[in-house]
Amino acid sequence: MSGPWAVEVDDLSVRFGDFTAVDAVSFKVSPGEIFGFLGANGAGKTTTIRVLCGLLVPSSGKVRVAGLDAADGLMAIKRKVGYMSQRFTLYDSMTVGENLSFAAALRKMPGDVLARRTRELFDTIGFDQPVTMFVRDLAGGYKQELSLATAMLHDPEVVFLDEPTAGVAPAARARFWRLIRKIAASGKTVFVTTHYMDEAEQCGRIALMRAGKLIALDEPGALKTRAFPEPLVEIEAGPGAPEEWIQDVRRDAAVLALKPHGLRWHASVADAAGVERLVKALGSFATVKPITPSLEDVFIRLVEGADR
Amino acid sequence: MPGIGIKAVGLRKRLKLNQALDGVSLAFEPGLLHGLIGPDGAGKTTLLRALVGLLRPDEGLIIFSRNGDPVAFDEISPTVAYMPQRQSLYADLSISEHLDFFRDLYRLPDGVYSARRAELLQITRLEPFIDRPAGQLSGGMYKKLGLMCALLQSPTVLLLDEPTNGVDPISRREFWELLYRLAGGAVTIVVSTAYMDEAERCARVHLLDAGRTIAEGEPRRVLHESGAANFDELFMRREAAGR
Repeated sequence: MSGPWAVEVDDLSVRFGDFTAVDAVSFKVSPGEIFGFLGANGAGKTTTIRVLCGLLVPSSGKVRVAGLDAADGLMAIKRKVGYMSQRFTLYDSMTVGENLSFAAALRKMPGDVLARRTRELFDTIGFDQPVTMFVRDLAGGYKQELSLATAMLHDPEVVFLDEPTAGVAPAARARFWRLIRKIAASGKTVFVTTHYMDEAEQCGRIALMRAGKLIALDEPGALKTRAFPEPLVEIEAGPGAPEEWIQDVRRDAAVLALKPHGLRWHASVADAAGVERLVKALGSFATVKPITPSLEDVFIRLVEGADR
Repeated sequence: MPGIGIKAVGLRKRLKLNQALDGVSLAFEPGLLHGLIGPDGAGKTTLLRALVGLLRPDEGLIIFSRNGDPVAFDEISPTVAYMPQRQSLYADLSISEHLDFFRDLYRLPDGVYSARRAELLQITRLEPFIDRPAGQLSGGMYKKLGLMCALLQSPTVLLLDEPTNGVDPISRREFWELLYRLAGGAVTIVVSTAYMDEAERCARVHLLDAGRTIAEGEPRRVLHESGAANFDELFMRREAAGR
């Protein structure tokens, strides 16, 4: 896709003293894209987002957001972006309506605009809780929805969501992601970080950060193919499994890597013959089936082992 | 079974408008790794706080046992470690200084302390970072430091409130490997989590929803009985069915 880009990052570095949080990172995001920004804790995700929101001045490199750069002024950028931050988003001891009014007041938004935007957003989001309710009394999932509404009150072109669903119930997470798709479909750009790999699967493209560097950027499917050129199998042992069976699997020369996944194991195997041999060896007490790697598999393979 | 067992019977606790615990009954067996699984608002934190005596339930009983015999909480409380969700560590103190601080707090003899400290730094792999202030640790490392402080005194019961919330997939794995290493001994571990995939990593799971226990037992058995392929699906189905 050709420009204009929603987000352009060119050779961005951010240093705090002698610590380099973001190290020569470049990428571009298209308008209307759901862009997943993944990486280990401390990989530089939040720092990058803070630069893109005009909250932090980079040590070097250039960023453009919604066609604007630092020369246009940080305030101009702030008007074009919405930011739902990881930690703090809402005041617990204020009502739903008060939180929205407060956010509107910070942006010097007239009352009639606030009323109209609130109606529009509640309609889009499907938010049906009373505006007189205290935020602390909102049930799980609604807080995130309100927080998103607050971040989008000024109708930004690019929305940054920093771990929006941490600790949220599965059904509420699914609902939140339906919302993300709806927002992107309306032409807004959604830039999202998450530690839930099932959510990452729903992104158009994924950028993977490690120790301040961008180590991969592609669609989920392409990332999987690149990270796992060899077959991956899932092994689940039944009740009749002999003790120490997993040690035998680990010792198998064709097994390149073996990782626990809850009740199951994922083994990457050198070739099809290796898979066949595993099926034969374990078939009497375990199911061995070839699988498409999950993004968790990909994440582990690409990020693990390095300094992070 | 050697070790401390915990049984909760009909616990109810109201926090302002919210019926946080609505008749929770469950049992934690000595020496096992237990998962307290449920979405936010299920009552996990309230239950853990009730177990360590930080709040008094409105109704119900909490019964502790040692090697099978009932024991008063006061007798075992010095060896009960609790790691709250928002761990208050000191941003300006380094890892090393935190350990020294907790040594003084627990009044550990020097010999015991240095052995324990070396062991913990080795299994958490935090040795290279001992001079880094807590305020500059990554999310996963911060949680590990919290765990180390809790483990310094060799607890018999370890209660961890969402230790992996907001922690990346690899650090999450490392944290669980750490728990497995601890689980080998006689320590009774209870870990709460909203990550449904972590339920499968526990010896026993206790599923909470809206202040009640909805299922407990071995993860495989609980899944089998519910007919769900995984715990995400199990909770999704409940929500779809309107609970």
